[in-house]
Amino acid sequence: MTMIKETVKLALQDLFPDPPPVVEEPVAEAAAEGDEEKKKPAKKKEEPRVNGVIERNHAEHGYDVDVQLEPGQLLAAVMILDRAGFFLESITGVDWIKEDQLESVYDFSRYDFDICRVVIRTRTSRSEPKIPTISKIYAGASWHERETHDFFGIKFDGHPHLIPLLLPEDADFHPLLKDFKP
Amino acid sequence: MSGPIQIQPDETFILNIGPQHPATHGVLRIKMEMDGEYIVKAETVLGYIHRMHELMGENRTYPQVLPNLSRLDYLGAMGYTHCHVLAIERAAGIEVPERAEYIRVITVELNRIASHLFWFGAFVMDLGGFTPLMYAIQDREYILDALEGITGSRLTYCYHSFGGVANDIDDDFIKATRAIIPMMRKSLKKYEALVTGNIIFRKRLEGIGPISAEMCRKYGATGAVARGSGIDFDVRKNEPYSVYSDFDFDVPVYHECDSLARYMVRMDEMEQSLRIIEQGLDKLPDGPIMPAKKPKLIKPPVGDYYQAVETARGSFGIRLVSDGTKNAYRFKLRSPTYSNMSLFDEACEGMLLMDALAMLGSLDLVIPEIDR
Amino acid sequence: MSLTILNVLAAVVAAIAFAALNAAYLVWAERRGAGRIQRRPGPNVNGPFGLLQPPCDGIKLMTKQLMIPGGADKALFMVAPVLTMIPAIASFVTIPFSNTIVAHSMNVGVLMVIGFASLGGMAILFAGWGSRNKYSVMASVRSVSQAISYEVPLFITALTVVLITGTLNLHEMASIQAGGFWNWNITPSLSSPLMPVSFLIFFICILAETNRAPFDLGEAESELVAGFHTEYGSMGFGLFFMAEYAHIVIGTSLITILFLGGWGCPFGLYPGVWWFLIKIYFLIFSFILIRWTFPRTTIYGLLNLSWKVLIPITLFNLLLTAGLLKVF
Repeated sequence: MTMIKETVKLALQDLFPDPPPVVEEPVAEAAAEGDEEKKKPAKKKEEPRVNGVIERNHAEHGYDVDVQLEPGQLLAAVMILDRAGFFLESITGVDWIKEDQLESVYDFSRYDFDICRVVIRTRTSRSEPKIPTISKIYAGASWHERETHDFFGIKFDGHPHLIPLLLPEDADFHPLLKDFKP
Repeated sequence: MSGPIQIQPDETFILNIGPQHPATHGVLRIKMEMDGEYIVKAETVLGYIHRMHELMGENRTYPQVLPNLSRLDYLGAMGYTHCHVLAIERAAGIEVPERAEYIRVITVELNRIASHLFWFGAFVMDLGGFTPLMYAIQDREYILDALEGITGSRLTYCYHSFGGVANDIDDDFIKATRAIIPMMRKSLKKYEALVTGNIIFRKRLEGIGPISAEMCRKYGATGAVARGSGIDFDVRKNEPYSVYSDFDFDVPVYHECDSLARYMVRMDEMEQSLRIIEQGLDKLPDGPIMPAKKPKLIKPPVGDYYQAVETARGSFGIRLVSDGTKNAYRFKLRSPTYSNMSLFDEACEGMLLMDALAMLGSLDLVIPEIDR
Repeated sequence: MSLTILNVLAAVVAAIAFAALNAAYLVWAERRGAGRIQRRPGPNVNGPFGLLQPPCDGIKLMTKQLMIPGGADKALFMVAPVLTMIPAIASFVTIPFSNTIVAHSMNVGVLMVIGFASLGGMAILFAGWGSRNKYSVMASVRSVSQAISYEVPLFITALTVVLITGTLNLHEMASIQAGGFWNWNITPSLSSPLMPVSFLIFFICILAETNRAPFDLGEAESELVAGFHTEYGSMGFGLFFMAEYAHIVIGTSLITILFLGGWGCPFGLYPGVWWFLIKIYFLIFSFILIRWTFPRTTIYGLLNLSWKVLIPITLFNLLLTAGLLKVF
């Protein structure tokens, strides 16, 4: 059951050589405490999260491995997942306006019974949001990235066809930004 | 049938399929570069029925968003509201009584059959056979009537609610559902004799529109599209939610990767749904349909949550980012047909127009669900 | 001489009336039949059993405005519906409905009917090209390639019958088969053992020639919207519609004369026009049944069927019949 989760976690942790797995703590808390830890991640969110791998409780969050990384590390991480046989579930963005950052969230899941949902997050500045495209690795990412570009204005570097998909072709607004006024 | 074709770039023309076209079953547009009857390149243009449900999800409170979910997919709406209530229950930690979960499963499976029936009719109509649609719609009508009795609506249900379901089911519903099961089994046999065994029908689908398992993975295809390509993936089994782990049912998987495999998967799935409903009615526990203690105002704790369910079209997911208020901070809808449709552009290259449209039908598209 | 011309003129008027009436009420029959097959009533509001539906539809079609799409080839666009109707009407002239009811018995009757049937393809090509619509062009190209491929087995099969009966005259052909079903061409005999197969092939070819489902690729609505008549409204569409049913009547008449003994009774009793009508309406009913039961074939499946299956079989049958005729 935990086979693929462990292997993927270890593979992804290799991406963070400098601060070795400091981020294991919330996992330990989450596993140990039971009901009360729900507030704990909330407190963690207050201070900016350090890049790294966190293991989550599937029953509580719906995903298993939570990775935050720099945009530059994205392709390497996605390639790890591609080799491990994950499929791309969705790509979306989140506008953290207070921190002046845009987050891009990638969901990966598996077809086999070794269920393991991996979430990759990467943050970029709001003023000049730029993230490399993963459509070269996962062809299906093309549409998801176009959609995220529509809604948040995140520029996916190297995307071959980054034109509005769901919005009109002349749309110059990004409706899911928190400062969007219709 | 398509041999190697030499294409002169100046001899192609652009053919617009849609936004108003009988084969797209909605407002989908596909720009096709054609070389005679062969498709050289296709580009799907979306957004004609885009309503920004995700922004509505951020602006409204969680219960207010619930009706929006059933507007995503008007054929299998129950599964989508199920996903929403499950996601909020997971986030806010609401316990659901067992009876309510059983009722949810029964209604979702009934709705899945209704959706597959309509797809079956529309798909055969795409292939030029008009009559099965009428038969399928009549069978579907019984299901809609049964669901209407307890939910009050026929298509866009708002029946599941946080913590349980809105109404308890009554004897009429149980009687109607019990009657539907043998009726559907008989109908399925009839469809098999009328359509599945038809030589023209099989010739039109066998080997047409191949989608490899690897392609499914790269595009994130789920549902019958993946299962028709030999991938044994059903969220109900792989990531059991609700009370699906209590039920004994099979996941039909076909390895042919063609349009016929996708058709067969859905036809077999109806039988499996009937089995689930049968077991659900047999095992239906007594008890409340709403938890005794339910927060008045739903405020999930800060964090992000993901909930996936298997709808009639594939794996539907909600990614919920909560900031602890009564509105979602981010409300992402992962729609299965969006991913299934995205592989069409690549898959239909080099195909004949009529084969491509047969394949399009086999993807089981509901356009409002793609555009959201 | 002038009598012949008068005769032909009267026949043309009668043929138009017959074709129009048939078209109108075949549509009604088709819709009622489809309703039966699909567990719904079909048109049943106007008049008893909806019998007034066809005149209502006719009035509606005639009072609508004829729209010509911008950029269309006006002349071709206007000519096409007329051109599709003319051969349909003209073919009626030589069809013997009974021993006496025949406008003009020609020595080249079979040739003429098949020749006029081929003209229908040109009308479709005109309509498709004139509409300036890609769907129409594609559909008309499909239709024409279909028509050409199916005329070949159609004509070879007709030739087999001509070999047996020894005449191209439709009237004589039917007269030879008088007496009972054992005399009909469909019955295998020593000199023509494969006639039931020929009949089936001829039936399939007529289905394909008349663009009926499952060979209705020219108007495949799920792919090409409405095919070659996408841009036609009002009576332009009405004429295409009428011509389609007129072609069906002619096709079934041809089957009846070539294979089913024309106006002869199966048991040699009371031969007359009623038997002819019973036979053609029975065939038309089977057309309707087929249309509402089967899905559509593909264009390549259709062409493959013609060139790889039907034509070899018909050629073999022709040679066999010719050989056996020499022997016996």
